[in-house]
Amino acid sequence: MKDSLGGGGGGLEGMELGAHPGQGAAVANPRGSGFRREAERAVRVMVAARWPVFAVVFLGVAAIAAALGPWLSPFDPNRQNLVLRLADPMAAGPDGSTFWLGSDALGRDVLSRLLYGARVSLTVGFAAIAVGGTIGIIAGLLSGYFGGWVDDLIMRLGDIQLAFPFILLAIMFLVVLGSGVWNLILVLGIGQWVTYARIVRADTLSLREKEFVEAARALGDSTPSIIFRTILPNILAPLTVIASFNVASVILSEAALSFLGLGVPPEVPTWGSMLAESRDTLLANKWWLAVFPGVAIMLTVLSFNILGDWLRDFLDPRLRERT
Amino acid sequence: MGAYIVRRLLQSVVVIIGVTLVSFLALQAGGDPTYLFVSERASQEEIEATRQALGFDRPLHVQYLSFVGDLTRGDFGQSLSYRQPAMEIVLDALPATIELTGFSMMLALLLAIPLGVLAAIHRGTAWDGSITTMSMLGQSIPSFWMGIMMILFFGLYMRIFPISGHVPFLTPLMSGDFVTAFSNLPRTIFHLILPGIAVGTYSLARNTRLVRSSLLEVLEQDYVRTARSKGLPEMRVLVHHALRNAWLPVVTIVGLEFGFLLGGVVVVETVFSYPGIGRLLFAAINQRDIPLVQAGVVLLAGIFILLNLLVDLVYVRLDPRVKLAGGRA
Repeated sequence: MKDSLGGGGGGLEGMELGAHPGQGAAVANPRGSGFRREAERAVRVMVAARWPVFAVVFLGVAAIAAALGPWLSPFDPNRQNLVLRLADPMAAGPDGSTFWLGSDALGRDVLSRLLYGARVSLTVGFAAIAVGGTIGIIAGLLSGYFGGWVDDLIMRLGDIQLAFPFILLAIMFLVVLGSGVWNLILVLGIGQWVTYARIVRADTLSLREKEFVEAARALGDSTPSIIFRTILPNILAPLTVIASFNVASVILSEAALSFLGLGVPPEVPTWGSMLAESRDTLLANKWWLAVFPGVAIMLTVLSFNILGDWLRDFLDPRLRERT
Repeated sequence: MGAYIVRRLLQSVVVIIGVTLVSFLALQAGGDPTYLFVSERASQEEIEATRQALGFDRPLHVQYLSFVGDLTRGDFGQSLSYRQPAMEIVLDALPATIELTGFSMMLALLLAIPLGVLAAIHRGTAWDGSITTMSMLGQSIPSFWMGIMMILFFGLYMRIFPISGHVPFLTPLMSGDFVTAFSNLPRTIFHLILPGIAVGTYSLARNTRLVRSSLLEVLEQDYVRTARSKGLPEMRVLVHHALRNAWLPVVTIVGLEFGFLLGGVVVVETVFSYPGIGRLLFAAINQRDIPLVQAGVVLLAGIFILLNLLVDLVYVRLDPRVKLAGGRA
């Protein structure tokens, strides 16, 4: 997505990943070594790599901030205090309170806005992946299972979308449809579906011929049952890798679109729009307005990227032998 | 090979039709587009007159065909805020954007190759660790924030680089004024450094990882082991055997690179008040100047599609396997 913006990235990010889908995961435990052993190995790999632990801890904190924002934040994020405008970090706020991270040009508390901003970033990130992932998985399953013209149609549609820089598509639709959380989720989600569709299609193509699918067919299972109950569960694992990277690129795109004023309505604080506002006071060297939201975005995106790397190492059978 | 090229060309045509369809529908998606072109206080007669003048009263498919007809003549209609043909305004801003994109692309590719190679041949060492960590970071920093941070540090605190503006190089060059163009060049580059780094960092980081993993994969191949066991010097193995194959995936992304960079360009231009298409789009978005947005988006998308076509055609020459597979290997 990226790809982006940045991400902008669009759905291309996953293509390199798709080169080695961790299909080993699909048949992870044929000898029934058990879920617990897998989980233990996951934790062992994670601790050995160290960074994933930080990523999980940071994302945990961010998730708590997003969920409990209203109870954690010291101020109403939209409460203006024109007397205490542009207060330095750690400066005294009204009534013995403290602006831990300073206040902005309207005297609003930066920390509170940051905590509320976590909501938008994480919600949009996950919801967009849910939308894009659902469309992509269904499209990929149909494409891989039925082949023929269905396959051609879906894959050519995907080619067309990838040939169009995603950020431009997003800009155009948001300009016309108007900004708002739902439109944002929809546009960012649609930007991701091709990645999932391609990987699911490839996996479905190979699973379609396997004996256990053959068996399900012989037992007289209906086609939807074969697709969704027999094939789908076996291709989900590698998708978690893609999803993790995609959440990162969607959050980057969301920040960029918010920065352009195409994100959520102005009364909802987001990290991207906070950065956009910080530009007005940049020349006056009010650095905290520009530094903190950016750090928040960077750490969140970094955490998802690290997590994606770890998941890939964990699921990729070629790397698995070395760990 | 011929069949592949024909198919690839046809595909590009389909994509371009798709782009025009999307940009046409975008105008319609918000309801009756007439209201974008009249003032809020317009009377019913004025609205009706504008609707007829702009042809919005015709059936959709007729509107689309005439929209495409106009496009082929480069006519995107009048910009609502400039009262000039939208395409002219966009074309004026294009050279500045090409300069920025080209500069960032050079940064992203020229630095990525040595860094990726360095990390791969010193796999598992501190070199590898720091390069990999830096690229992980580089892929996580929003380009526009990177721009803001550089303005704060290099522009306002250190006062080394200019924080805004642009000195034209391509515009005088294309009008044949070589003296101005080349005397401008040092200052052009000086102004491009901060925005260029901001735009290019993400791609640089991604490409570095790609070069690294691609080279690592090649270094494990049998023919590299054969070359080594023949007693060839390591440098020769690297350059003549490994890199030759490792850079194929790198070529593939050059065309796609433009799309990635574009995402950064649109926002970073705004940060640096850089007079390119990105800043123009940003202003047009805020003024809801739809014809200008359409012109900018279609032009950039068109360039992207052509570049990708070019890269694919070059790729067929580089990698004969593509012909046999009938698609990208």
